[in-house]
Amino acid sequence: MTAGPRMGFFTDTSVCIGCKACEVACKEWNMVPQDGPLRLSGTSYDNTGALGASTWRHVAFVEQQRDDQGLRWLMSSDVCKHCSSAACLEVCPTGALFRTEFGTVVVQADVCNGCGYCVPACPFGVIDRREDDGRAFKCTLCYDRLRDGLEPACAKACPTDSIQFGELDELHERARRRVDSLHEAGVADARLYLEDEGDGIGGAGAFFLLLDEPEVYGLPPDPVSTTRDLPTLWRAAALAAGTLAVAVAAAFAGGRR
Amino acid sequence: MAECHPVGFQWVVEAKARGAKVIHVDPRFTRTSALADLHVPIRAGSDIAFLGGIVNHILEGGREFREYVVNYTNAQVIVDEDFRDTEDLDGLFSGFDPGTGRYDPSSWNYAGMPVATNTGARKGRIAAGEAHGSGGAKLAHGNPPHLDPALEHPRCVFQLLKRHYRRYTPELVEQVCGVPRAQFLEVAEALCANSGRERTSAFCYAVGWTHHSTGVQYIRTAAIIQLLLGNIGRPGGGIMALRGHASIQGSTDIPTLYNLLPGYLTMPIAGSHDSLEQYLEDVRLPAGFWGRCDTYLISLLKAYFGDRAAANNDFCFDHLPKLTGNHSIFPAVMGMLDGWCKGFFLVGENPAVGSPNAGLHRKAMARLDWLVVRDLVEVESATFWRDSPEIETGELRTGEIPTEVFLLPAAAHTEKDGTFTNTQRLLQWHRKAVEPPGDCRSDLWFYYHLGRRIREKLAGSAEPRDRPVLDLAWDYPTEGELQEPSAAAVLREIGGVGADGKALSGYLELKADGSTSCGCWIYSGVYADEVNQADRRKPGSDQSWVAPEWGWAWPYNRRILYNRASADPQGRPWSERKRYVWWDPAEGRWTGHDNPDFGATTAPDYDPPDDAEAEKALDGRSPFVMQADGKGWLFAPSGLDDGPLPTHYEPPESPVINPLYGRQTNPVLERYERPGNRYNPPASGTYPFVFTTYRLTEHHTAGGMSRTLGYLSELQPEMFCEVSPELARLRGLVNGGWATIVTSRAAIEARVLVTDRMRPLQVEGRVVHQVGLPYHWGRNGLATGDGANDLLPILCDPNVHIMESKANTCDVLPGRRPRGPALVELVEGHRARAARERSGGGGDR
Amino acid sequence: MSASGSADGDRRNGGRRGGPVRRVRGSMVPEAEFRSYYGRPILKEPVWTWEIPWYFFTGGLAGASASLGLGARLSGNHRLARSAWTVAGAGVTAGVPLLVSDLGRPERFPYMLRMFKVTSPLSVGSWILAATGPAAAGAAVSDLLGIFPRLRRVAEAVAGLLGPALATYTGTLVADTAVPVWHEAGRELPFVFAGSAAASAGAAAVLSTPAAHAGPARRLAVTGALLELGAAQAMERHLGELGEPYHQGPAGRLARLAKTCTAAGAGLVAVGGRRRRGLAVTGAALVLAGSACERWAVYKAGFQSARDPRYVVEPQRARLAERQRQQPEH
Repeated sequence: MTAGPRMGFFTDTSVCIGCKACEVACKEWNMVPQDGPLRLSGTSYDNTGALGASTWRHVAFVEQQRDDQGLRWLMSSDVCKHCSSAACLEVCPTGALFRTEFGTVVVQADVCNGCGYCVPACPFGVIDRREDDGRAFKCTLCYDRLRDGLEPACAKACPTDSIQFGELDELHERARRRVDSLHEAGVADARLYLEDEGDGIGGAGAFFLLLDEPEVYGLPPDPVSTTRDLPTLWRAAALAAGTLAVAVAAAFAGGRR
Repeated sequence: MAECHPVGFQWVVEAKARGAKVIHVDPRFTRTSALADLHVPIRAGSDIAFLGGIVNHILEGGREFREYVVNYTNAQVIVDEDFRDTEDLDGLFSGFDPGTGRYDPSSWNYAGMPVATNTGARKGRIAAGEAHGSGGAKLAHGNPPHLDPALEHPRCVFQLLKRHYRRYTPELVEQVCGVPRAQFLEVAEALCANSGRERTSAFCYAVGWTHHSTGVQYIRTAAIIQLLLGNIGRPGGGIMALRGHASIQGSTDIPTLYNLLPGYLTMPIAGSHDSLEQYLEDVRLPAGFWGRCDTYLISLLKAYFGDRAAANNDFCFDHLPKLTGNHSIFPAVMGMLDGWCKGFFLVGENPAVGSPNAGLHRKAMARLDWLVVRDLVEVESATFWRDSPEIETGELRTGEIPTEVFLLPAAAHTEKDGTFTNTQRLLQWHRKAVEPPGDCRSDLWFYYHLGRRIREKLAGSAEPRDRPVLDLAWDYPTEGELQEPSAAAVLREIGGVGADGKALSGYLELKADGSTSCGCWIYSGVYADEVNQADRRKPGSDQSWVAPEWGWAWPYNRRILYNRASADPQGRPWSERKRYVWWDPAEGRWTGHDNPDFGATTAPDYDPPDDAEAEKALDGRSPFVMQADGKGWLFAPSGLDDGPLPTHYEPPESPVINPLYGRQTNPVLERYERPGNRYNPPASGTYPFVFTTYRLTEHHTAGGMSRTLGYLSELQPEMFCEVSPELARLRGLVNGGWATIVTSRAAIEARVLVTDRMRPLQVEGRVVHQVGLPYHWGRNGLATGDGANDLLPILCDPNVHIMESKANTCDVLPGRRPRGPALVELVEGHRARAARERSGGGGDR
Repeated sequence: MSASGSADGDRRNGGRRGGPVRRVRGSMVPEAEFRSYYGRPILKEPVWTWEIPWYFFTGGLAGASASLGLGARLSGNHRLARSAWTVAGAGVTAGVPLLVSDLGRPERFPYMLRMFKVTSPLSVGSWILAATGPAAAGAAVSDLLGIFPRLRRVAEAVAGLLGPALATYTGTLVADTAVPVWHEAGRELPFVFAGSAAASAGAAAVLSTPAAHAGPARRLAVTGALLELGAAQAMERHLGELGEPYHQGPAGRLARLAKTCTAAGAGLVAVGGRRRRGLAVTGAALVLAGSACERWAVYKAGFQSARDPRYVVEPQRARLAERQRQQPEH
């Protein structure tokens, strides 16, 4: 299977109107079940809370009172980042998680045995195991739709084009232009998140334009895929195993007694 | 707009990307405010003061678009010398009769030009506005005789306007609206700076303006501003009315309103319109396109009655029902309570949740003999007899409710063909995607077959009262097993058919001799060339920026109305940048980016001869072709029940006394005070807070289509109220906790959201707190809760009988509400306390 | 999703919490105000349940016992070898069902061997277990029943050599996640687990072997305990603020209990020695308890660490600030 250009999302949160059409379109297309009890959260208009096995698009709401600039209400649609260096994929022992010809990261539901290792591995807290099902689920970037030449459901539904789908390179250019024009218009806070291929996850297949620091939206400011440190980890394991062997050997140095 | 029209809001976002400035004036900071350049928090119910302040700013600073105002509005007209303004009569206009509680508008006339008396309207307590449909009011033939083009005469409209709004200073705006002076001036300046030849500004409003006791006057004030700034009929200008849901525009065009016939023809009034001749005499205007209304009405009658309608029987005009009074919904509901309204059809509506004073509606329905509910789901209005809040309090007992309720399942819009007509008058066809399940049927199927069965039962009857039903032309083609009537055939009938049996191209082809038939004159042409024009879907990228080949706009696929005003009196565009429609002298016709809303070959320098009729009676410099004088009315000499100029009155339930006049509220307000519909006194210490009801993106109106779906219910699962941190502290409310909101009608409970987006305002030297309440919740479905509209009073704007749902008062208590009869005691206790207070002044009658 | 019940301070600005200069990972960094999304976790807590920390324990016990058994066999201490291999066999026999039961789809356990993936400690570990498990169990059965002695020798070699890997890979497994208290302790955790495994293997052998033959077991128990305690200490020092979970909540209580039991147990084993078997046995029991507590402490600490966004945000902010200081590009 020949890979084409890498496809992904650019989510421009500066034009998000918090309508949650993305959440609903995603659930309808992918038949994702209701996520938890129907209970008001008390956290602004966000009753969804976070991404999870049964929520693959999550709109965050942050109300900010800024003395010099008055009230601001940030809204942002979060999604799986489809990392270039995807920890979930690296740690998956069964190979259920794989990288598609579009460069996206997808869980094969017929392979996943629910070991749950991907869950704490994700630096963004995206993937999770569905309790009543046993398997892990997350955004597929509408793999089935991409195979038929369509755009993902959330991108299609988004009325203001906050969610843009396309070739990642082209999205990068568009995003940089957008940040520049926002800066020119006096929106100094605008910045790109996960667009830099030099970052800890190798850049994301789904990157963002944010209007404040990532942690304000519940995102890690400087995420690193755990696999980056794997050589160190294995070295430590080897040394420890060696130490254990030495300890056992030493225990016999004193003889039987 | 982002909350309630998120898909439409994409165009605001696009405009912003192209450099437009977006200003959002709203009591709450909503998702629209989040993307606006400026949010102006305003006290709910004080918009006329705010807009009046802008009018004053324009006039005092000489910021009006002078040439536009002089030529295209009635600014020059001198008004009758008997006219007195609210400035003279402390809040009243001349002509108020305290006995009847109504105005006689004759002193509002243009000097030397009486308004045709409208005895029919007086008799039936029907508002003047309704009696003329959309044709404005009647003036005697010709142009007003007394004019001052220099706009200096003390009684010319321009000067009357100045005088009326002189007191609406920035300081007054701050005092009444709670909007800081500097912020108000920022808005006023931005508007002025962005209007004129080179630039235009647009207003968008929705139910936040219409649901007021002075709602029509709110919109009038915006119209005055836009006329003064020259923003009407021009690209990027205008006033966009965002409707309440998908096809409500269609349901006023082909009306489900008691007082209108299709195309805004007035329903005949008993005593005034007892014959076709009397009707046409009264309704027809001497000039403008409303002068052709004989062709519209007669073609409509031919569509209704087919071959039965003939010249010798006045085209069955007598078969049309005649109004004897105000037959709008609230009198009907009072009729249910009083026992003379026995039966009710509820089609896609849920008054048990969505109507003001919903509890009274539930009690009213409990008095009916029979009730037919057609809906997609089992709405609260169908189940009230077993689970309404009144069952819980003991006010109603299931065993004692006599109402026989029929719940008939309805087909959804995906299960039938049809059109939506949106707020831009755009008809868009939609096609059935799946068959309706089980017994679900479309409304078209229901009414067609209901009519068919009734006619079968009545067949052969000699009773005169059965003739209207039997004479109907009721032969629509049907399709399929279910015998679904063809919606396309109905649309074609609406678009009109000529003598040759071919579909018409537009209303100019309609005749008054019975040779044409047309279900709605403004829709005429929707099936031109036998093509369903509403079904056109040429992508925007493949056509001009006006995109005339997407759908079809009424009338004549005209995308901006009154677009003659986009050119100067000589017919040249005001500027290159804002070029839209202009006069081509070589061709001798109007041309441009849109269908000209003007006589195609009427030259700018045309002056009508005395015997000219209809649109030919207007000169070439009068763009407002539906008005008898062809001008935009800054001053409305007739047509409105509550005054020719918008004036700030307090909402009937207000925390403060009107600082402008002794008159507290709209003097012609429609009140329905009775047990069960008591009002909070103004400036009451018992109900000290303002509350406003509104919508959320996640839910749809009374919740039938959203609270029954898991995906939407989990987005907004519970009823909540939005309060400022200051109000929360004042009343001991906790974020995520509970609050009970109380009015004279009801008490409900809601979860609490404490947010900076609600702001206390400084009004008349004191702090006024506002409470926000989404109105979507009811007891049925997945996401359930108490309904906000239980709290509302039934109190209406007199022109259109629309209730005040946006600016009312309440009390807020921490914690959940009592259950059972204790709930009624809580409400009654508050009412008694309010009655014992000495409330402030107010010159109400 | 449960209601978040944010405090007033958390509601605004997504939750600001200022504070004094903190020591993060051993370096002094001036702390920017910590901000979060309503105090919500950024990471997801593991979905594992009680089976996993017990597997850490039984797997470590089995692995180190296998090595002990091999050593005993090679040094001719067949009585010790018998106990050690019995424990090793029991350990893997208990461990495998624990792992299978914890899966979301237990019937798909064989999928663990669909591939060998070096980036996944769980994959590598599954293969180690797949080799060591049958070998250890086989060796134990063979020894107890006295059958297949030649195969037994092969099995003992395999299991004995792989034993240390079995005992330490689980430390790497938890470290190879985003959970700060685990990941940042990636250098120390395998040593903690190695020490814990050695201690528990020695202790188990002390309990099941006559004192005269249990010398190496006693020595291993004490050495292991010292390694476990030392590595845990080093880990907590290295973690700095990120090591808070080991001092708070359930993880904190378990960590304290583990230290106490292990230290006391090792002491009793050393003092009891060969002559006072009562003391040694008591000590061995305590060492076993301490080892189990230590596994549970590490396990629980991960949950506490994942739950508080501060542990994710603060070090990352500090790292960003450090990078910007070193490379002032803009």
